[in-house]
Amino acid sequence: MSAETVMTPPSQVAAPPEPRRMAHPTRHRVQSRVFRIGRWVVIIGFLIATLVPFYYMLLLSVKPIGSLLQNPASLWVRPSEFTLQTYVDVLSSTASGGQGFGRFLANSGVVALASVALALLIGIPGAYAIARLPFIGRRYVSGIFLAAYLFPAILMAIPLFVGFTRLGLRGNLVGLIVVYTAQTVPVAIYMLRNYFETVPEAIEEAGLVDGLTRMGVLRQISIKLALPSIMSTGLFVFMIAWNEFLFALLFLVDRRERWTVSLGLSQLSGSVEVPTTVLMAGSVVLTLPIIIIFFATERLLTGGLTAGAEKG
Amino acid sequence: MSTTVTEKKQPSTKTDTTKKRVTLTQRDARLGLWLMSPTLLVVLAIVIFPLLWSILLSFQRMRLIQIGRADFFEPLTVANYERVLGSSAFWSSLVITFIYTFGSVVLVIFLGVLAAMAVRQPFRGRNFVRAAYLLPYVAPVVAVTFIWRTMLNPQFGIVNVIGQNVFGWEEPIPFLSQAVGTWNVLGLEIPVPTALLTVIAFEGWRYFPFAFLFLMARLAAMSDEPEEAALVDGATPWQSFRFIVLPQLMPIIGLLAVLRTIWTFNEFDDIFLLTGGAAGTNVASVQIYNFLTVQRNVGAAAAQSVIMALVLVAMLAVYLTILRRRGERI
Repeated sequence: MSAETVMTPPSQVAAPPEPRRMAHPTRHRVQSRVFRIGRWVVIIGFLIATLVPFYYMLLLSVKPIGSLLQNPASLWVRPSEFTLQTYVDVLSSTASGGQGFGRFLANSGVVALASVALALLIGIPGAYAIARLPFIGRRYVSGIFLAAYLFPAILMAIPLFVGFTRLGLRGNLVGLIVVYTAQTVPVAIYMLRNYFETVPEAIEEAGLVDGLTRMGVLRQISIKLALPSIMSTGLFVFMIAWNEFLFALLFLVDRRERWTVSLGLSQLSGSVEVPTTVLMAGSVVLTLPIIIIFFATERLLTGGLTAGAEKG
Repeated sequence: MSTTVTEKKQPSTKTDTTKKRVTLTQRDARLGLWLMSPTLLVVLAIVIFPLLWSILLSFQRMRLIQIGRADFFEPLTVANYERVLGSSAFWSSLVITFIYTFGSVVLVIFLGVLAAMAVRQPFRGRNFVRAAYLLPYVAPVVAVTFIWRTMLNPQFGIVNVIGQNVFGWEEPIPFLSQAVGTWNVLGLEIPVPTALLTVIAFEGWRYFPFAFLFLMARLAAMSDEPEEAALVDGATPWQSFRFIVLPQLMPIIGLLAVLRTIWTFNEFDDIFLLTGGAAGTNVASVQIYNFLTVQRNVGAAAAQSVIMALVLVAMLAVYLTILRRRGERI
């Protein structure tokens, strides 16, 4: 840009600002037009790439398998073919001939909700301590968390597999909850700490002067002020726990009645016995809660994740 | 330790107020440790302790069947490392992991910048578009890999059907099961690693929203003035992006590159669910999983994990040196 200005011929430098803007009139105009049109091409291209797979999922989930195999190119469903039998098949229990996703949904729900409760219960005090209280080693805590992320999750899985087997927690939803809590607490602390730091210290000091203890300040002032962010953190933890796959696979694979939805879908999609359309219904069942939560709280959630990014 | 320090201080500070403040800080410090202790306990028990145990296991001869009775005091050996470093499978998986990581990170950042720049100026429906772009990232990995597998299915997948009907492909492309395909361009036969490219494309699709999110936040916080000044000075849109916007995004791009490299290098779910590590996509973490579950060799699995972690640390050191030399701050 600066080179451009320097190299402009003297006659144009002397001219008033208006012509000077047109130093390269055609290049400028052509580029502007390309950018204006290109921008919409890009926006729509990305929209197609992100939405079409989900539309395809929804489409296949309301078709009979025969219709898909006969006419795989069709991108809509004829009213005469529209069916919800796929959902009945996938949700009903194995005893009544279905795939048992109803049970898996309950398992996933229990695991995810319990993980949220535990992660918040542990993470809120921890985040507050890192944000406000000068304890020993406070500066190293984040470093330790970060270092743990350098190792593949499967490395931790080996000892956990052994340890949980000995404790009788493997093949058990409780074991999964413990692992998810440990995995999400660092994330929860990272998100919550940013918020606790934005609570003005003066308000908390006023509380202290008024005779509250630190715990009182945390409980009655800081938590109430940070409530929206606590909610968004909870939702984020819920998503992580709901979507998790590797540990569910390692811990629960031989106990069908304890499968989560993710594990159930991955296991059944490997077999040829279950029709693709029925599995697509399972896929919708797995995805829908996340998409509903996400669209309801998108602003809250994205703000919490990128809180540090604005500073650059 | 803090108590001894404060006790030493106390005699020298005689005034009442200072004494009170010291004890308040001291009490805060103790409370901080208390509040932190559940976190520390959980992370130590479920993350740090297993990690250290794994490192120990990498120096022991251990099979999956033995591990139930094993204790920490098995004899130490470097046999696992010799075995891993001596196998050709390890080196080929290392190369694949590098290609996969590099390709995915570059693609994710490129798509993220493109998407963030495209929706930068306000327009009707921008909020919906933003939310839609984030869908691949928030949706469950098992569901999206299943959708991709169905869409790319050679028999009835929509991509191959459209490819054959509309673009005139002679036969369906087995995107996820073909290790090397040939691509005929101008009479040349170019070998293409089909499955590897497909999983890289999947990574680009699934994780560009992550880059998009952070870049959007940075763009929104940026001042318009330098760009307006450049416009007055006659800069073209491309110049204004290249010399004004992009330099301001560099710190975030650097951070994204580091984070994505760590995560992609250790990625397991995506490849395991898409190809199972077949057709030339056997990245390290999938190979480690196979060591563990198929060969049931815990020691070798642990040794390979440790080697991969060391490679990752070395890569990050190089990254950070480059970024620091360029004057970026992370």
